[in-house]
Amino acid sequence: MAIALDLVALSKQYGEVRALDNVTLQVREGEFFGLLGPNGAGKTTLISIVSGLARASSGQARVMGFDVVRDYRQARRALGVVPQELVFDPFFTVRETLRLTSGYYGLAHNDDWIDEILANLDLSAKVDTNMRSLSGGMKRRVLVAQALVHRPPVIVLDEPTAGVDVELRQALWRFVRRLNHEGHTIVLTTHYLEEAQELCERVAMLQNGAMVALEPTADLIKRFSGGMLVLRLGGAPLPPRLAALRVEYPLPDRVALPLARYDDLEPTLAELRLAGCLIEELELLHTDLEDVFVRIMRGER
Amino acid sequence: MTRGFITLFYKELLRFLKVGVQTIAAPILTSALYLLIFGHVLTDRVTVFEGVRYTSFLIPGLVMMAVLQNSFANSSSSMIQSKITGNIVFVLLPPLSHFEIFSAYVLAAMVRGIAVGLGVFVFTAWFADLSFAAPAWIVVFAVLGSAILGTMGLMVGIWAEKFDQIAVFQNFIIMPMTFLAGVFYSVTSLPAVWQKLSHLNPFFYMVDGFRYGFFGVADVSPWTSLIVVCVALAVTGMLALRLLASGYRLRN
Repeated sequence: MAIALDLVALSKQYGEVRALDNVTLQVREGEFFGLLGPNGAGKTTLISIVSGLARASSGQARVMGFDVVRDYRQARRALGVVPQELVFDPFFTVRETLRLTSGYYGLAHNDDWIDEILANLDLSAKVDTNMRSLSGGMKRRVLVAQALVHRPPVIVLDEPTAGVDVELRQALWRFVRRLNHEGHTIVLTTHYLEEAQELCERVAMLQNGAMVALEPTADLIKRFSGGMLVLRLGGAPLPPRLAALRVEYPLPDRVALPLARYDDLEPTLAELRLAGCLIEELELLHTDLEDVFVRIMRGER
Repeated sequence: MTRGFITLFYKELLRFLKVGVQTIAAPILTSALYLLIFGHVLTDRVTVFEGVRYTSFLIPGLVMMAVLQNSFANSSSSMIQSKITGNIVFVLLPPLSHFEIFSAYVLAAMVRGIAVGLGVFVFTAWFADLSFAAPAWIVVFAVLGSAILGTMGLMVGIWAEKFDQIAVFQNFIIMPMTFLAGVFYSVTSLPAVWQKLSHLNPFFYMVDGFRYGFFGVADVSPWTSLIVVCVALAVTGMLALRLLASGYRLRN
């Protein structure tokens, strides 16, 4: 499988601040990739370097094999970027905006594709509306449309759902997922971790400019424990080995046992049975990406 | 001519045409008022060139001033607006080269400058008899002058971070330099020191060469003016291209 995004030892220094610290990362073609991290972690800096909005202090970035500085024309043609800021040109209507963007990418007759994107983003009714008169959500959709006019193989969405209502968020994800199924590589930054968990096959986590995790989403969650076994027990008391593992839980009549891995579940239940404990209620709490994120940001690796 | 360049040029044209009252009509009115007032007050009192009424003398200078100021205003305000509103990313994300961005902004600035100049000319020509001694020079200096000021506007737009900085540049540099270039007078009427200083002002050569096209008379030879203006364009053009290539304040 070809490499859609290839970053090698990428660093960016802003005066005293090291915004990006030696990040090496590859995103495969067709992948749905998540870039996570708290504010100021370097996500937007990374995207800016890849899209040519900023220059790396050192290191290399390639899009579909094209160096973003040396072969900037091919690299930019291969990339569609939805910027985080809600920017627009107040002089133009939606259609004018999309025609101009098409032209910048060298496309002369692009109206059929523009109409298709507009229909997919529920913007058809607004084609002749001036950008100024659109709501925030609508402006966001136009930004998505602008990123797609040149049918880029790689699409980068920088916090596309920040401040967007639930309905638009759902519609946007349906559309982005479809683009991914059609073969587009998607790189997404988001604050909503359940979003990343649901959509991204693989995630990278950034902290203070450095990459602190890079793994398939499922592996990452699995690695950070299988979760928590919560029981209400009758019969014999908890055997001493398990009692030592017991952790506090909001409900006092429950016994909470952390599971390092799901593989530990079966032996634990066997041990309880052997000790004569009666399981009256059982609940298995899963770790989600949010827990993993919090723990990684705290320094667990 | 690439599609990207043509589109950006077209967008830059639309940008000022959509607010034409402010970008074209208003500066024409301002220049017309200069002519009506100064022309009325001074025409029977001042003679600059033998056989040329002051009103007629004034018109080429006013036209050139409008060309220069509006070329500068166009590229500088377009750039700073795009930077402040953030929509400059629409120009920075696509595969446009530095040269395409440069030419589109400067050419659109030239169109605006020359359009306003033409408007001033058509309007003021009603009030005076004008000759066209060497029309080719008129075109040459209008084109080169507007290109230089469009380029300067682009550079200032890239450098500036606030609208005020553009205004400072406009009011404290562009405005005095055009006024002191001999728009309202011939520099030969000045004391020797001021004449020498005027000859250090590149704007003087733009105005003087332009005026030569009308009257066939000027303070210096139009060829001298042409050389100075060409050098000024080469220097500003190279600087602007280097700014764009380096990504200064645009890609950082």
